[in-house]
Amino acid sequence: MNRFLIPFALFIFLLIMLGLGLRLNPHEVPSPLIGKPAPGFQLSQLQAPDKFITPQELKGQVWLLNVWASWCVSCRLEHAALMDLASQHRVTMIGLNYKDTRLNGINALRELGNPYQVSGFDENGRVGVDFGVYGVPETFVIDKTGVIRYKQIGPLTAEVITEKLLPLIKELNRA
Amino acid sequence: MIPEIGNFSLMLALCLALIQGIVPIVGAARGNQRLMQLARPTAAGQFLFVSLAFGCLVYAFVTNDFSVAYVETNSNSTLPLHYRVAATWGGHEGSLLLWVEMLVLWMNAVALFSRQLPSAMVARVLGVMGLISVGFLSFLLFTSNPFARLLPAAINGHDLNPLLQDIGMIIHPPLLYMGYVGFSVAFSFALAALMGGQLDASWARWSRPWTLLAWMFLTLGIFVGSFWAYYELGWGGWWFWDAVENASFMPWLVGTALIHSLAVTEKRDSFKNWTVLLAIIVFSLSLLGTFLVRSGVLTSVHAFATDPRRGLFILVFLGIVIGGALMLYAWRAPQVGLGGRFSLFSRETMLLLNNVMLLAAAGTVFLGTLYPLFLDALNLGKISVGPPYFEAVFVPLMTPVLLLMAIGPFVRWKEASLKEVWLRLRWIALVAVLSGIGLALTLKFSMLMTVGITLAAWVLLATVFHVAQQLRNGAGKLLSLPRSFLGMVAAHIGIAIFVIGVTLVKGHEVVQDANMHLGDKATVGGMDFRFIDMKKIHGPNYEAAQGTFVVTRHSVEVAVMKPEKRLFTVQQMPMTEAAIDRGLTRDLYVSLGDQTSANSWVVRIQHKPFVSWIWGGCLLMALGGLLAASDRRYRLKKL
Repeated sequence: MNRFLIPFALFIFLLIMLGLGLRLNPHEVPSPLIGKPAPGFQLSQLQAPDKFITPQELKGQVWLLNVWASWCVSCRLEHAALMDLASQHRVTMIGLNYKDTRLNGINALRELGNPYQVSGFDENGRVGVDFGVYGVPETFVIDKTGVIRYKQIGPLTAEVITEKLLPLIKELNRA
Repeated sequence: MIPEIGNFSLMLALCLALIQGIVPIVGAARGNQRLMQLARPTAAGQFLFVSLAFGCLVYAFVTNDFSVAYVETNSNSTLPLHYRVAATWGGHEGSLLLWVEMLVLWMNAVALFSRQLPSAMVARVLGVMGLISVGFLSFLLFTSNPFARLLPAAINGHDLNPLLQDIGMIIHPPLLYMGYVGFSVAFSFALAALMGGQLDASWARWSRPWTLLAWMFLTLGIFVGSFWAYYELGWGGWWFWDAVENASFMPWLVGTALIHSLAVTEKRDSFKNWTVLLAIIVFSLSLLGTFLVRSGVLTSVHAFATDPRRGLFILVFLGIVIGGALMLYAWRAPQVGLGGRFSLFSRETMLLLNNVMLLAAAGTVFLGTLYPLFLDALNLGKISVGPPYFEAVFVPLMTPVLLLMAIGPFVRWKEASLKEVWLRLRWIALVAVLSGIGLALTLKFSMLMTVGITLAAWVLLATVFHVAQQLRNGAGKLLSLPRSFLGMVAAHIGIAIFVIGVTLVKGHEVVQDANMHLGDKATVGGMDFRFIDMKKIHGPNYEAAQGTFVVTRHSVEVAVMKPEKRLFTVQQMPMTEAAIDRGLTRDLYVSLGDQTSANSWVVRIQHKPFVSWIWGGCLLMALGGLLAASDRRYRLKKL
């Protein structure tokens, strides 16, 4: 065996490892918030500024918190999947309109359709910071006792919804 | 329209790169001069088109063209002009374009300063660089096009990450890339020599100045990044053993080994196989660094874009480039002779030990960086390896390197006498040990302090002694000594100064976190820090709370420090702007944490001795690289 082949052999090993590493999903970094109670907040509703929304009102049901903004391109990609989800399944979906202006937010929903029961208006992103949002869109699944069970970073796709979200929501509803 | 011109220029550059990567190499194999001569014009053409593309992207940023997706994600119309220009390389696509721009710059520098090299050598070197360029240009065009349009166009952009809005971040990536990409020259020379079967002293002499220059840029790049982290992140740390830092540190370690090994090959015609392998490894590590950062396989503060398709592309590219190079090595290296023989105690042995140790150090960093990935890939759980590992394995490996560094220059080539070297250095050894113990006892005794200071003093004194000897032996004035010698002296003194800085900061810094009310006083490092004021200020694109601290020592005012907590308005991102009072022997560092009540804040006060020596040491090392690269022997005639 040619000893000059050793570097090559080591390299092939490295290449295989890196290849395996690529299949891992770095987005599945466990969020420190999973398993913890959702942060409390009180926000003015996007479409009714004099009304408020807080997570306390939602205790006893499983709900989704979807962080979105009119300026966010990926949110537009995700929107169709959200509309389908809202129309085909009975899911409580709350929007968190993140760092937006009220007018742009309302117009976006008017133009694309509104999948949310209600959207909180998080003008300066304060609530988003509490939820550890680092990119829009993000979606949280929160159980009946107000504990965060799942976090999706980036747009929801039909695949994620049918394979992950719906089974999880079903299971949490049974609990 | 302008972005389309940029896109089209990249395509043309890719076509030229393909020609440059194939035709001259075929020409060199067949001895066909006309084919070989295509290398230079295609390189020049690539330079033209890649620069044009780069200019188009800068133009899109300057004119706030938010119909370009990349501009939309990395800029905003309120961003000041100089940051808009710098935002060109603030994200994935643009930094890759910068990479290619650097590559064509190096390529054309080689084309220009290689007139007296054999034409087959030039053809092969430029051919290999052309092939690297093919890989990166296709990566840009097929997976990360910076000119992709956004439809419908956005009204305004996301803004550049506030962390990157800083002069340090404007110059850090270009310097670092100059270093990374610069090693492609050494790599191409090594492959060209393997292809041509002529690995000899002249090959080492040709590639030495290029390698030294690349090493210098990499040193500066790492230095700027570390310096930036120190003053901008607001925690006072300067090195975090973060995956991306490690990715730049590994090529530096192996690059350091390479510049020493090249010296042996040039002067003694030895270590030829070893030097070629190092040249391949250095550039491979540079590519691997790019892979790690750009594919997102490692989560890190630096991970910008994570896209598995990109990762796969780079992985295949790595496989072809590095795998191909190592196959060529395995095929050709056995035919290379051993070169000059040397005895057990000789300069060659010293340099070989230096090489082995630096490579081992790079290996430990490599393991620490990739181990979490390996475990995860084998489904053995997610772990992270932190500074404790790196400090535990890295410091012991560096100790013998420093020990030998002082001795090496005194040892003759081929065969030397241990006794003679000992007689020359024994007093220096004694003084070094005494100063280490002495300083450690006067400050605060610890093993780390004693060893660190002893080693630094050892290297410093031995190097100065060496210069003094050269001057006494009739070499004339200091500046008339050969540049390569001066370069070595500067770099070795730089290391000693760096070690002093690191040792004292590690062993003697004082950090205190306190909840302070207005009017409170904290005593750190023998100085009183009085918190006297807090006010709101308005910056161009941020709002800030600014505290005022008066620092006194024995009731004499030393400094007034104004740390800030800024909130950047577009991205709503809070930033800690530390106040630093720099000095030759200590830095005072005050940063604001969270507000705890109407007039009280968490404040972190640090007294950091000799931090400036860390930076000074880095700059001296870089200067050393520059001096050595400018040695008269390498001064190549242009025509």
